This record gives sequence, C-alpha cells and structure tokens, in this order.
Amino acid sequence: MKFCELVRKAIEDEMDKDETVICYGLGVTDPKGVFGTTKDLHKKFGNKRVFDMPTSENGMTGIGVGAAIMGLKVIMTHQRVDFFLLAMDQVVNSAAKMHYMYGNQLNCPIVIRLIIGRGWGQGPTHSQSLQAWFAHIPGLKVVMPTFAEDAYTLLREAIQDPNPVIYLEHRWLHETNESSVKGNISIGKARICREGKHCTIVSNSYLTLESIKAASYLSERHGIECEIIDLATVKPIDEKTILESVKKTRRICVLDTGFEICGLASEIISMVCINNEIELIDKPIKGSMKDIPEPTSYGLTKNTYLDAADISRKLLKMFKETIVENELMKLKPTRHDIPGDSFKGPF
Amino acid sequence: MDEQIGTKWMKMKKESEKEKKVIYKTMKRIRMIEEAIAEKYPEGKMRCPTHLSIGQELTPTIISMLTSKRDKAVSTHRCHAHYLAKGGSLKRMIAELHGKTNGCCKGKGGSMHLIDMKVGFMGSSAIVGNSIPVGTGIALAEKIRKTNNISIVYLGDAATEEGVFYESINFAALKKLDILYVCENNLYSVYTPLKERQPPNRNIVETVKSMGVEYTKNLTERKTEDLYKELKLVLGKIKKNGGPGFVEVETYRWREHCGPNYDNHIGYRNESEFMEYQKTDPLNMLEQMLTKEVVEFEIWKEELEKRISDEISRAFEYAEQSPWPEETEGIKGIYADNGSYK
Ligand SMILES: Cc1ncc(C[n+]2csc(CCOP(=O)(O)OP(=O)(O)O)c2C)c(N)n1
Ligand SMILES: [Mg+2]
Repeated sequence: MKFCELVRKAIEDEMDKDETVICYGLGVTDPKGVFGTTKDLHKKFGNKRVFDMPTSENGMTGIGVGAAIMGLKVIMTHQRVDFFLLAMDQVVNSAAKMHYMYGNQLNCPIVIRLIIGRGWGQGPTHSQSLQAWFAHIPGLKVVMPTFAEDAYTLLREAIQDPNPVIYLEHRWLHETNESSVKGNISIGKARICREGKHCTIVSNSYLTLESIKAASYLSERHGIECEIIDLATVKPIDEKTILESVKKTRRICVLDTGFEICGLASEIISMVCINNEIELIDKPIKGSMKDIPEPTSYGLTKNTYLDAADISRKLLKMFKETIVENELMKLKPTRHDIPGDSFKGPF
Repeated sequence: MDEQIGTKWMKMKKESEKEKKVIYKTMKRIRMIEEAIAEKYPEGKMRCPTHLSIGQELTPTIISMLTSKRDKAVSTHRCHAHYLAKGGSLKRMIAELHGKTNGCCKGKGGSMHLIDMKVGFMGSSAIVGNSIPVGTGIALAEKIRKTNNISIVYLGDAATEEGVFYESINFAALKKLDILYVCENNLYSVYTPLKERQPPNRNIVETVKSMGVEYTKNLTERKTEDLYKELKLVLGKIKKNGGPGFVEVETYRWREHCGPNYDNHIGYRNESEFMEYQKTDPLNMLEQMLTKEVVEFEIWKEELEKRISDEISRAFEYAEQSPWPEETEGIKGIYADNGSYK
C-alpha cells in the first residue's frame, strides 16, 4: 500500500477501534480527500466524526484542544504546514502547555497532521519544513515518518498518545510505498535503515530516501559504508540510537529538510560533539535548507534541495575520495522540482 | 421629448456606451490572457501553482475603472484579474509565471505573488487572509499621510472565516480608514462549498455593518449595470466622506481551484450549477448588450481581439526569451541593505 493509503488506514483503524476519535480539516471530506489520506472516511464514520472545516486555522485548533481536554481524540489536518502558522498560539500556548501548567489535571490528545514538501514552484510560503519550530516547544511531540509502513504505525500510536503530536508528512512521500526495514518502530525511536561502519547519516522524511540512494552508490563505487538513521521522531529525540551509532562510526552527517539556522541538524551535531565518549575523526557534515526564503522560479531552485548527488558529494569530500561528476549526475532526478515524470503539477 | 432632455439623454447613452466598452475591453483582455495561460500550462513551462480568474473578471475591472493608479490594492492567491485590471504589466506577470528574471518578482514569487507598485498593486498573498490586515495597514498609512487614496482589499469568501478578517474590519471601522474590502464570493473554498463552512443565511454584509462599517452592499456579477452603479456609489462615498466600505459580490470560478482544467466531473459541484453561471457570464452578457447597442460592434470586437492576442503572444515571447535568474540572485534580497532593496 502507498503512504497516503496507509495514513488513511491508520485513521480508519483507530476510528473503528475507538469511537472517541474524530477527524477534521480543510478538504477532509472533499473528493480528493487531502491527497487521498482521508478519502471517503466521512462516508463510513458520518459527518459528526469526520468533517470539513471553515478556513479558521487558529480557532479550529483551539476548538480541537477544547474537545481533546474533554476526552475526544482529535486528528486535525492541514494541507501545508505554512497554513498552520495562523494557529501557533493555540498549539504553543494551549495544547503544549495545558498538562504541565494545570498541574497534570488535564491532557490534550490531539494529532496535528501537517504536510511539507518541495518543488513545482511552491515558493516561499508553501514549502517550509518547520519541524524545528515545533520541536523547540516543551510539551509537543514531533513525528515525521519516511516509510509507508512506519507512517501507519506511528500515526496509530500518535492518535492514542495522550499528548499533542505534530505529524509531518512529506508530499513527495504520499505516492511511495517503501516498506520499512526490520525492527519495530514507535514514537521516540529512530530507525536504523542501513547498517555501516564508516559514517552515520541522520536524516528525516523524504531526505532519507535520497540518503539511501547515496549510500548504495558510495558503497558500490567507493567502498564507503554509511549507517543511516531515519529520524522518524524528531521529538522526543532518540539520543541513544544516534550516539551509539556515532560511537561506532566516529563520523556524522545530518540531513534535515528544514532551515539551517537553529535547526535540527545543528541540534544533533551539538548533541554528538558535546558527548564525552565520542571523538570524531572528521568534522561533522550539516545539510539543511539555506537561510534563504525558497524562491519560486524553476531556475532558482535547482540547487535548493538536497538530493542523492549532493549527499554523495559531501561524503566523498569527507573521505577525500575522487569525485566523478558524471556518476553523480546519474543520481539526480531528471527534473529537480518533481518526484517523477508522472507528476504534472500544480501540487 | 423636449430637446434639452433629448440631448442630455443622448449624451448619457453615449457615456454609458463608452464605459461599457471600456469594461468589455478590460474583461475580454483578462479572459483571453487567462485562457492563454490555461492552454499553455500543460507544456510545463510555468512551474508554479496557478489559480485562474476566469469567470471573475468583472468586479476588479469595474473597481479599477473607478479608482486611480494612486489608489492601492492587495490581493490573494487568485490575483491575476486584480493585478491586470489595476494595470499591472502583462509581460512581467507572464515572465513571473515562467520563473524568469524579468518577472514582476524576479521569479521569486510566482503566480500567487504578483506586484506592480507603479500602478498601486501592492502585492498578493498565497496565505488565505494574509493580505487583509496588510491592505488595512496601507489605508492607515494613507490616512496618516493625508493622501486621500483608497486601499482596496480583495478577498475570497473563505477569508471571512479567518480571525484576522474581523480584526482588520474592527480596526478600519475604529480609525475610519478609507478602504474598500471586496469579498468575491464564488461559493467555494477549493472543493468545499459554503454550506460546509458557514451556517445557512449568514449575511456577511450585515455582520460587517454591525461592526461599524458604514458603506456596505450585497452585489452580484450577474447584473453588470447594477454592479457598476453600486460600486461607483460606494467608492464615491469613501472618497468623499472617508471611512471603510465592504461589498460582497457573487461570482463564479469556471476552472478548477488550482490549475488549468475544468473539474466539474470530480463531484464537488454539479454541471447544472456551472451551466447556470455560464448563462449569466458577465462578459457574454455585456457582449450581447453591446452588439445591440453599438454600431459595427463586430468589427470593433474583431480588432480588439486581434490586438489583445498580439499583445499576449508578445508577452509569452518576452517571458520565454527572458533569462533565468542568475544563481546569485537566489541569495540576494533577504535583507534590505547594500542596495539589494530595489
Ligand atoms: C491560511 C490558509 N489556509 C488554507 C489555505 C489553502 N487554500 C488555498 S486557496 C484556498 C481557498 C480559499 O477560498 P476563497 O478565499 O474563497 O478564494 P477562492 O479560491 O475561492 O478564490 C485555500 C483553503 C491557505 N492558502 N492559507
Ligand atoms: Mg471562494
């Protein structure tokens, strides 16, 4: 099953099992059903539990918080993280704080699904990956699955979590059906999706797929074995898995879909660097979005997004290997702004 | 008929004929431009989300006729008609859609972010409701500077569901700002009809009125002459007496929410509703009116179409020939300093 279908199935299965679960958001009941992730759920569960909403992000988040503290489990969806910015007050000052601030008397089981993405001229206000914003706030959990099966497992768990969970889905993953590798996944647990002894790559969301491509190339052509940790939960962060891996490899490359300043990559690198038991052989590599609003133009976004070629190049430099440009070119997508040729925009 | 009244009547008729021709010309131009974009979009050269204004040309056309370039306007994701009616540069808009360096935002904004400050078009936002307070702030600045210019804020029906709408209206009423909020109600937000978003019989005009906005009106694009008269009245009052105004205009989007195609088949709205609005297409109705009223209208129309389609071809050529922005451009302009603010 595809990622988008498994997101839908997670919601469906939880709604089946638990009648306190409700689900709403712009476009949830429309014919497209938020890229297929909520398609026809209202037909099965009725419009009391599954409904579209007014274009009122802040109010509807607060309303979700109110319903959640009354014992409903709320799943709210937004088609872009950027639209959710109107609701920062409610998520930061209400949802995240309530349990602590009111002395553990109430809790807020709300899952906020936010879609992030890249490409097709999404431009400055439709393309941001703001996981670091949410991770910055005490009281929030932040999940961003890469593999379709993990999307399912983690969403089900998020719905049952008694705390607010921000669940970030990359638009370019919706149509994928990458199955996860061995081992159980749960919130708070990072996934080692490739083992290796030379360098640890910590990456998230769509970038993990690019890392896997890069790692195969590096292994085949240069004998460099990367260990890839997919950071499916950004918060609470799985320090143990990351540190243990770096203790072994003594090299780290962190890749994040978000902006570089005060971002997730910086956070992880500092975590590694201040650890007394780790002595790195090489300087850490940081790969995130430059401190620039994302331009819209196809011409300006060519080097905006990291891909397998960029990742390989960074690692080859680290290992002082010869860079064979025409081999790297083969790792690039035909067009940098679409996940595949079937994609014709506009989304 | 008494002779004096007769000539006056003749004069009025001439006047209104002239105005109708101007309206027709502007609308037709916007329609043809949008259709050209729709036709070429599948070629994949305009690689950004694009919301067409086809079906919604009349209101901005009239408003721009009744205001001047000194008056300001801000808009939404669906901004092409607002921008073009205000006199925004066509070739720079098409270049922007192509992501080229000669685009009105140097390719950094795309279809949803158009700007042409020369004609008072102060920008449009891809975030619903985002430009409402900005347009209100523009009106505040004009008031502080005592310019007498009006600020026009275009918004869709969904934007009235955002808190910031009410916050802005309240402030405009409080400060008696010279501003006209134009809510283009096309019945949908993406695929969601009004009835799933607002209770039945919501009258946004009454709501806004009760918040202290004096000049308000419910209007429809299905009656061109009334729309013209009423907008003239409201704008006249704002110009003369000051203070905010709000109009809600019934309109209809023909194509899909975002993209070049028709989408009646996907099931969120029905074909008969669509056909109903096709019948009262303001452009078509105006054309019929002018055919009856104006001598040799057909000839005039043919010439007009020819002129517009030449202009469109030139704009697309300009866009295609315009270079991609230099890569260094991408990192410029994050802050306004060292001359990058231009
Ligand atoms: C804050 C915010 N929420 C949601 C969206 C997604 N969105 C883009 S356009 C749109 C529809 C807005 O409808 P309306 O204001 O009626 O304008 P129309 O598209 O009908 O012209 C929505 C919901 C957004 N851009 N910004
Ligand atoms: Mg609308």
